[in-house]
Amino acid sequence: MAAPGNITEPKGITRHLLRLNSWLVFVFFYAPIVILVIFSFSDNRNVGVWGGLTFDWYRDFANNEPIKGALTNSLQIAVVSTLVAVVLGTLAALALERFTFRGRKVFDALLYLPIIIPDVTMAVMMLLFFAQLAQWFEFTKGFGTIVISHIAFNISFVSVVVRARLAGSDERLEEAAMDLYASRWQAFRYVTLPLIMPGILGGALLAFTLSLDDVVITQFVTGPGWDTLPVFVFGLIRKGVTPLINAVSVVMLVASTLLVALSLFIQRARSTD
Amino acid sequence: MIRSTHLTQRILAAIAIVAATALFASACGSSNGGDSGSDAAAASCEVGQLDGDLALFNWAEYIDPEQLEAFGAEFGIEATMTTYESNEAMLPIVSAGNSGFDVIVPSDYMVGILIEGGFVKPLDFDALPNFSNISPDFANPSYDPDQKYSVPYQWGYTGLAVNTAAIGDDFPRSWDLVFGDQAADYAGQITLLNDPRETIGAALKALGYSLNSTNQSELDEARDLIAGTRDNLLAFNTDSADELLTSGESVIAQAYSGDAFTQFLETDNPDDYAFFVPEEGGTRWVDSMMVPFDAPHPCTAHTFINWLLDGEQGTALSNWNYYGTPNKASIDGLDAELSEFLTSPDVLVGGLDSVESIADTGDFETNYSDALTEAKG
Repeated sequence: MAAPGNITEPKGITRHLLRLNSWLVFVFFYAPIVILVIFSFSDNRNVGVWGGLTFDWYRDFANNEPIKGALTNSLQIAVVSTLVAVVLGTLAALALERFTFRGRKVFDALLYLPIIIPDVTMAVMMLLFFAQLAQWFEFTKGFGTIVISHIAFNISFVSVVVRARLAGSDERLEEAAMDLYASRWQAFRYVTLPLIMPGILGGALLAFTLSLDDVVITQFVTGPGWDTLPVFVFGLIRKGVTPLINAVSVVMLVASTLLVALSLFIQRARSTD
Repeated sequence: MIRSTHLTQRILAAIAIVAATALFASACGSSNGGDSGSDAAAASCEVGQLDGDLALFNWAEYIDPEQLEAFGAEFGIEATMTTYESNEAMLPIVSAGNSGFDVIVPSDYMVGILIEGGFVKPLDFDALPNFSNISPDFANPSYDPDQKYSVPYQWGYTGLAVNTAAIGDDFPRSWDLVFGDQAADYAGQITLLNDPRETIGAALKALGYSLNSTNQSELDEARDLIAGTRDNLLAFNTDSADELLTSGESVIAQAYSGDAFTQFLETDNPDDYAFFVPEEGGTRWVDSMMVPFDAPHPCTAHTFINWLLDGEQGTALSNWNYYGTPNKASIDGLDAELSEFLTSPDVLVGGLDSVESIADTGDFETNYSDALTEAKG
C-alpha cells in the first residue's frame, strides 16, 4: 500500500463532488437520528407531529417500571455475554491464526455459522436445544438461557474482528520477543495483547451492541421475568408508538456514544504512556 | 493470508451442518412436543391454593404492573410478567416445553391451535368460582366449545372509526361507506387495515358471508370488492390507522375499537369521533387466559385467574387498559366514558349476532394472504 502522502488529492469538480458525496453520506446516516432526538421532546402523542417542547417523555421513562426493568435486564445480559464472548472469541482467533491443529478447517467453518445463518434459524435451534436439555436437567429459562444464546453468536463476531487485527500484525514480533528470552506468556502479555487490543475492544463493542439489539433470538429463549428492552419495545408497538420510545432510544444512544468515547479515550491514554 | 478452503466450500459445509442440526433438533422436538402434549393432565386445585410464584406471559401494557404487584402482595408470592408481541411469537415458546410460564393470554384462533396441539392444561373450574361472573355472551366460544381450557380476559371489536366533524352524522352505518358508491365522496381519506383476516374479513361481511369463509369464490368476490375501492383509499395501514384519523389525514378508518377509543380520548375533542361496527357485522376478538401444559405452578395460576375474575379486579383491569371486560360484575365500576362506549347500541349496530371471532382456517390462511396481496394490486 502506498503511503498516504503519495495519493494526490483530486482537483477541480471531482473534489467538490467528492466533498458533496461525503456530506450526503453523513446526512443519510445522521438525519434519522437527529429527527429521533428532536421528536423525543415533542409534546404530541403521535410520533412525527410536533406539539411543542416537553420533557414529559423522559419523565415517563423515569417513572415507567417495566421499561426500566427491561433496560436493566438488557444491560446485565449485554455485559455478561460480552465479557465471556470476548475471552472465548479472542482465544478462538489466536488458535486459528497462530496454530495449526487437526480439525482446524472444520472449526474455522463452524465459527462462521452464527454469522451466516439467519437469526430465526439460530433462534429455533436454541429453543429446541433448551427444550431438549430440559428433558435431562431441571432449569428455568431466563438470564442463563439468554446469555448463553448471546455468547453463542457473539463469539463469532468477536473472533472475526480479532482475527483481522491478528492477521495484520507481524508474527515475527513475538518470535523476536521470545528470542530475547520472553516466555510464551510474556510474549503474549507484552507484545501480542497490546497489538490486538484495538481489535478486542472493537469486537467487544460490536458484541455489546448486538446483544443489546437482539430481538429474534432473545424472544425465543427468554423466560419468566426476563423481558429485554428491544423485545418490550416491539410489544409496545401494538398499542401505537409514542415519543416515549424516542426518549428511550436517545438515552441508549447517549449511553453508547459515551461508551465508545470512553474506550477511545482509554486507548489514547495507553498509547501516549 | 491465503486459506486453502474456498468460501463456497466453507458455505457448503456450513449449510450441511445446519441441515443436519435442524433435522436432529426437529426429530427431538416433535417427539418431545407430542409426548408432553398428550400427557397434559387436568389441574386439580383448591380455591386459593398456591404452589409457588406466578409467571405471567402477556401482551405489553395489558395489565397495570401495580395490579399484578397487588396480587403478589395479597398472597405473599412474587408475580412477574414477561411480554410477547404476537400470538405467533408466543406459540413456539410454549409448545417447545419448559417455558416456565403459568398463565398465557392468547387470542381466539390461537386458543384453538393451543388446544389442538395439546400445549395447554384443562382448567379445574372448581377452583374458579368467580367464573360465574363471566357474561354468557362469552361462554363456550367456537374455539373452546366445551369451555374446558380457557377463560376470557378482555375483548374488542374491529369496525369503522370516523371523523363526524368532517363527514357529519348522516351516513349509513354500513360497510358501503368504504366499499360502496359512497366511498368515492371520501376518496383519498379512507384507510383499511393491512391484515389478511381483518381486511378480507370486512369485505366478506359486507357481502353477507362469514368472515371465516373457506369458499374460494366468496373469497374472490371479497378480493374484487376491495380492489374496486382501492382508488378511494389513502392506505392499507394497521399500525397508525388511528393516528392518521385524529391527525386529519383520513376521515374513515377500519380500526380496532380499543385502540381507536384510546386515541379519541387523546384528542382535544373526543366527541368529534365515533366508532361503530357496521350493520352487516364485523370481528369481535377475545383474548383468553390459559395454563401451559407444563406450567410449574398450575394452582397459583388458577388462584390468579380466579382473583382476576373478581368484579373489582376486572373493573381495575379495564379501567387501566381500556379494553372491554367479559365480566358482568365489573361493568358497574367502569369509567363513565368507557362504559358508555362498551354498552352503546350505536357501537354494535347489527347486534351481537352480527359479529364473529376469527377462527383458524388451517391451510386456507394462505388463500387469505394471497387474496389481500391481489386486492392491493
